[in-house]
Amino acid sequence: MRCNSTGNCDGGCGSVSRRTALKAVGVTLGAAAFAKAMAPMTEWAPTVSLDEFLQKHYKELSPEEMQAVIQRLEKETRDQYGADVSIGDVKAQEGVQFAYALNLSICVGCRKCAEACHKENNHDRASQNSYIRVLEMQKGSIDLEKGNAHYDHPVPQRDKYYMPVQCQQCEKPPCVDVCPVEATWKEKDSIVVVDYNWCIGCRYCEAACPYHARRFNWTKPEISKEEINPVQSYLSNRIRPQGVMEKCTFCLHRTRQGRLPACLEACPTGARVFGNLLDPKSEIRWVLENKRVFVLKEELGTRPRFYYFFDK
Amino acid sequence: MKTAAPTSTDKPPGPETASHWVSYPRFLWRSMVLATDGNWLFYTWMTVLTAIALVGANVWAVQVRDGMIITDMNDHVSWGLYIANFTFMVGLAAGAVMMVIPAYIYHDRKMHDVVIVGELLSIAAIIMCLLFVTVDLGRPDRFWHLLPGLGRFNWPLSMLTWDVIVLNGYLLINLHICGYLLYTRFQGHAPHPKWYVPFVFLSIVWAISIHTVTAFLYCGLGGRPFWNTAMLAPRFLTSAFVTGPAFIILALQVIRRVSDFHVGDEPIKTLVGIMRVTILINLLMLGSEIFTEFYTGGAHTSSAHYLFFGLHGHTGLVPWIWTSVAFNVLAALFLLCPKITEHLWMLDIGCVLALVAIWIEKGMGLIIPGFIPSTLHEIVEYAPSLAEWKITAGIWAFGLMVYTIALKIALPTFTGKFSMNGSLTQYRPDSSESDATPKSH
Repeated sequence: MRCNSTGNCDGGCGSVSRRTALKAVGVTLGAAAFAKAMAPMTEWAPTVSLDEFLQKHYKELSPEEMQAVIQRLEKETRDQYGADVSIGDVKAQEGVQFAYALNLSICVGCRKCAEACHKENNHDRASQNSYIRVLEMQKGSIDLEKGNAHYDHPVPQRDKYYMPVQCQQCEKPPCVDVCPVEATWKEKDSIVVVDYNWCIGCRYCEAACPYHARRFNWTKPEISKEEINPVQSYLSNRIRPQGVMEKCTFCLHRTRQGRLPACLEACPTGARVFGNLLDPKSEIRWVLENKRVFVLKEELGTRPRFYYFFDK
Repeated sequence: MKTAAPTSTDKPPGPETASHWVSYPRFLWRSMVLATDGNWLFYTWMTVLTAIALVGANVWAVQVRDGMIITDMNDHVSWGLYIANFTFMVGLAAGAVMMVIPAYIYHDRKMHDVVIVGELLSIAAIIMCLLFVTVDLGRPDRFWHLLPGLGRFNWPLSMLTWDVIVLNGYLLINLHICGYLLYTRFQGHAPHPKWYVPFVFLSIVWAISIHTVTAFLYCGLGGRPFWNTAMLAPRFLTSAFVTGPAFIILALQVIRRVSDFHVGDEPIKTLVGIMRVTILINLLMLGSEIFTEFYTGGAHTSSAHYLFFGLHGHTGLVPWIWTSVAFNVLAALFLLCPKITEHLWMLDIGCVLALVAIWIEKGMGLIIPGFIPSTLHEIVEYAPSLAEWKITAGIWAFGLMVYTIALKIALPTFTGKFSMNGSLTQYRPDSSESDATPKSH
């Protein structure tokens, strides 16, 4: 913390100019080393356009601005993945509250739903990502601790039953509460969405979710041109950028236009029931009124919109 | 070099007449000169730290380019070494208040003389906190989304927005206190209590808030039973009041060896007195949590089982936590030894043990087991990747650089060797005017 007393001291002695020169050399070397160290950043910076950097939050974009954003995203997909896609921005309908139910008595654990999700939502191929995890459960218990997501044998096993878990689209979603920048919110048709262009990637929502429903893009998603699903939506299945969160959206690009979620269509046993809670004649209402349904981790007060039931 | 500020040596104006427009830039310039001048030990130390910080910066740049896939984090263990260090550093920043309280509330004069060492530690620690959060972001380019007014600040709902407020607020308060005190000393004035004493008292309350809010960040999550305990905030504070004094004791020990700044034994004795209490309360709280977890049992305690004994054959964190427990107990025994303040080498060892113990306790022993088993009870283990270690080391090195430079400016200013009236040539540590003698042990 001090000059030593052997001549390198301050006060105009001869070594001062030498020391000044050495300092200048040191500063120059340091600056050069810093530039070199940060060089990888300059390879990354061009991938983020100025328009993307300055883009406003989803809810603040005017229709014209949204159109420009979508055109930019379509162009980026063409440039980076070589695929022509069309990205829509389909809005929630009035008088619709989506809900899902799953019949645990007939689910056989084939994981066709997880696979359909993987393809429909343009997931990263390398990590085989999907928004659905299927747990193989021990008969006689609904304790998740006894579940196993990594089974690798013919299904169904006699002493097991199977429980697919995906986003529960909670009525009180903890993930939405914790987000520091409002990058995730609950739409009026009860679907929790993420603005992939607003998320800062802090992963607080991933820590807050009690259902392991959220995924992070640990790297740029890898998917071949041929495998890309070209029917995309801004808030759902468009190819996500690196470093942001994503989640199940009940396939809003399909369901908001009257179609069924991809996981339901893929289910060979008919275990899945999807519909509008506000429609008294819907199948989902029939299930809720006539079956003994339960929700996962009810004690946490998240009030899931995803119901499980047993037939017999 | 020393004549590089020509205006100051040509006609030194009296401190009373100088406008702040003149004297403040001069203060900054001279501080910069002071910060870059030292002996070979200083240059070596700073060069080594610079090299480590540059390695960290480089790996971070790679992480931004290639994604966080270069870490060992995944969708099960989604926070790792960065957030672990962040949590520990918040404690260090808050713990420095344990010098401020004796100095300003109990009017401990001897502590008052060295309290700047603690306040500067707060600044360096908060800067490290902010860096650890930044490197944990998947999209650091979007940091502006967090700025109130510019972005969309989810306040008061998100605890993370509270953390942004209290951490930056604490940084500003401490920058103001230290900056004001140093500047007035530089001018040769006595600092006006009106301009800093209210801020000192504010900083005491604020110090409690930073670690409380950081604890609420975790314990507010109902889906993570390991964190979801009311004990978390009190435990955070107690351990902060161990690490703060421990780090400051070590810093004071180094300062009295490498500089001529006078550090008496009394402040160290006061800090030891504080640690003797806090380290025992910390152990008591640990015992209390262990009892509740293991006597009750059930699925909610599987994280604690995994941490202390391993779960279904997975034992990744067991060595970590037992090292922490052992070091905690050893440090407590060292500190309770009546002669510790006479044998300062024992105290040094005790402080190092306590720091390591709580670094593990607040990091690998708290953040990681919160994710293991996952919310769907899958067990995916985590061990920090080399990239994470490098970035972490880089931030530590940068923080130590900040702390070193801050001390290097502050200590001569405080002893009056570096002031507006005197040109820098008066800053001659080995001159006879020196009112302090280096101590050695």
